[in-house]
Amino acid sequence: MPPDFAIVALLLVPLAAGLAAVFLRRRPRSADAVLTSAAALCLAASLSLLAATGKGEVHVLFAGAWPGGPGIVLVADTLAALMLSVCNFVALCTATYGWRALPTRYRLGRAHAFIAFMLFGVNGAFLAGDLFNLYVWFEVLLLSSFALMGLVPGSEGRAATLRYVVLNLIASLLFLAAAGLIYAKTGTLNLADLALRLRVSPDGPQIATSAVLLFGAFAIKAAVFPFSIWLPASYPRPPIAISALFAALLTKVGVYALLRCFGMVFPAADTGLMPWIAVFAGLTMLCGVLGAASRGRIREILSFHIISQIGYMIVGVALLGQAAIAAAIFYVVHHIVVKTNLFLIAGQVEGLGGSDELDRLGGIAKRAPWLAVLFLIPALSLAGIPPLSGFWAKFSLIRASLDAGAVTLAVVALATGILTLFSMAKIWAGAFWKEVPENPPPFRFHISSVAPIVVMAAVTVGLGLWSQPLFDRAVTAAAQLADPAAYIRAVLGEPTAP
Amino acid sequence: MEWIIALVIGAIFAAGIAALRRGTRLHLVVGLILLSQAVNLSVFTAGGLVEGKPAILDPGSPLPETVADPLPQALVLTAIVIGLGVTAYLLALLVREARAKSKRPS
Repeated sequence: MPPDFAIVALLLVPLAAGLAAVFLRRRPRSADAVLTSAAALCLAASLSLLAATGKGEVHVLFAGAWPGGPGIVLVADTLAALMLSVCNFVALCTATYGWRALPTRYRLGRAHAFIAFMLFGVNGAFLAGDLFNLYVWFEVLLLSSFALMGLVPGSEGRAATLRYVVLNLIASLLFLAAAGLIYAKTGTLNLADLALRLRVSPDGPQIATSAVLLFGAFAIKAAVFPFSIWLPASYPRPPIAISALFAALLTKVGVYALLRCFGMVFPAADTGLMPWIAVFAGLTMLCGVLGAASRGRIREILSFHIISQIGYMIVGVALLGQAAIAAAIFYVVHHIVVKTNLFLIAGQVEGLGGSDELDRLGGIAKRAPWLAVLFLIPALSLAGIPPLSGFWAKFSLIRASLDAGAVTLAVVALATGILTLFSMAKIWAGAFWKEVPENPPPFRFHISSVAPIVVMAAVTVGLGLWSQPLFDRAVTAAAQLADPAAYIRAVLGEPTAP
Repeated sequence: MEWIIALVIGAIFAAGIAALRRGTRLHLVVGLILLSQAVNLSVFTAGGLVEGKPAILDPGSPLPETVADPLPQALVLTAIVIGLGVTAYLLALLVREARAKSKRPS
């Protein structure tokens, strides 16, 4: 697939699928088929982009053939291709899982259409080449997620939805204000142009104020502590297939935006923000994992762990070395697969035990030993046990922090890893190990629910045993962020003036 | 001219935050609308204010000394449309909540 074609397909396919799914409200099988095949097509397109950016090539699509300065550009570099690949992969997995797992209320509420529109926004955000375009894609995916959250029943569900909507709206306002100010100061919103201009004339204090606003906006979206209060309130509530998709995609788009802006655009300007981001990273790791340790429901524990894992990724943004950014990119990819899988497994556990409260569960290891094994793979990977993917992610990140002299961050990261292991052990002991409760509800596994779990567990093991190819890609992507010369050249053309 | 707009933006921001602090659902919506309008205004002024000059020129016409920057105008149009959609969604949420409350037996 030629890169231009793949870029267009990544946007048009989910859009078309969403529009089709709007009319398939009462035909669940067709809606499932449309969504799943759209995700599969997007996965194929992103894998072809991944192959086409392997050596650090940058592919640009000039929308409407406008030149790269003021016009809208869609840029696929190695980082974007990596994120697209892993996100569309888990989208395909959750879409397949949803065949059986999506309740009728959500089908009638056109959840399929909104999931497809969310995928449209996520793909667009990864490809956006300028700040305002990124803002628009953020709104596309946020509005779709609002609609999905709006389907959550009950008064508590409505309160959680309202909190989710309001905090994300405030984040969007911060983002828009930052974009306006950056345009006023630099005269451009194009990321390549911004990176170039800030490298030519790094006027630190002026751009720093906008960088703070931008960090605030992305920190809310990525659920960096203390901006993370919306996440544990809202993520556990939708059906598990939708929770898993939220967990996989939404906060990671925020992390991607942080990596893109603070890894590529702002390092040239001395914003003085990095020590603060390091503090936020440490707090996010610790508070997330402590929150998880205090919870008794699987969904809540997993939701709090998203926050704590975001902290690890932010460490890469705070340290900013090429090794640290590469480690963070590896971490994001590993985390998306592992976390989605844990949510889907939690869905199966809920089906078996009739609840996700650890007090009421038990005996899953006896009733479904293979599910116990499938749980252990992502759970131990999340905690960073070798030889699974999480070990390499944590190892490279901690080594990068020690190399950068950030000993405190490294210690916090290690402590968080141990506490993560503790809460995974809590789920294991509560749901899988202890005695079987009386008369558990009847439950039958279905291939469409089990296959995605098996495939993602296999990917987790594969990334652990053969981590080198992904790590090479992450290093290539980090090198592109650190030295965006190729990116700038691809978007703005060859420099004419000396 | 700019300083008047700057004061206006500041005042709208202040009003929006004051409304948010009142804590009722309706104040929440009004506060968010005010904040989003303040942000829109500040994006609009980002290009600098130019009075009475065209933003779009006919092809081939000679370039005047000053033109209004069309980019912030385009941006703010998009932002207004998005803001309208989000506000509509927020109001729908509140209406649904109010309906659920009135249905509940007391």
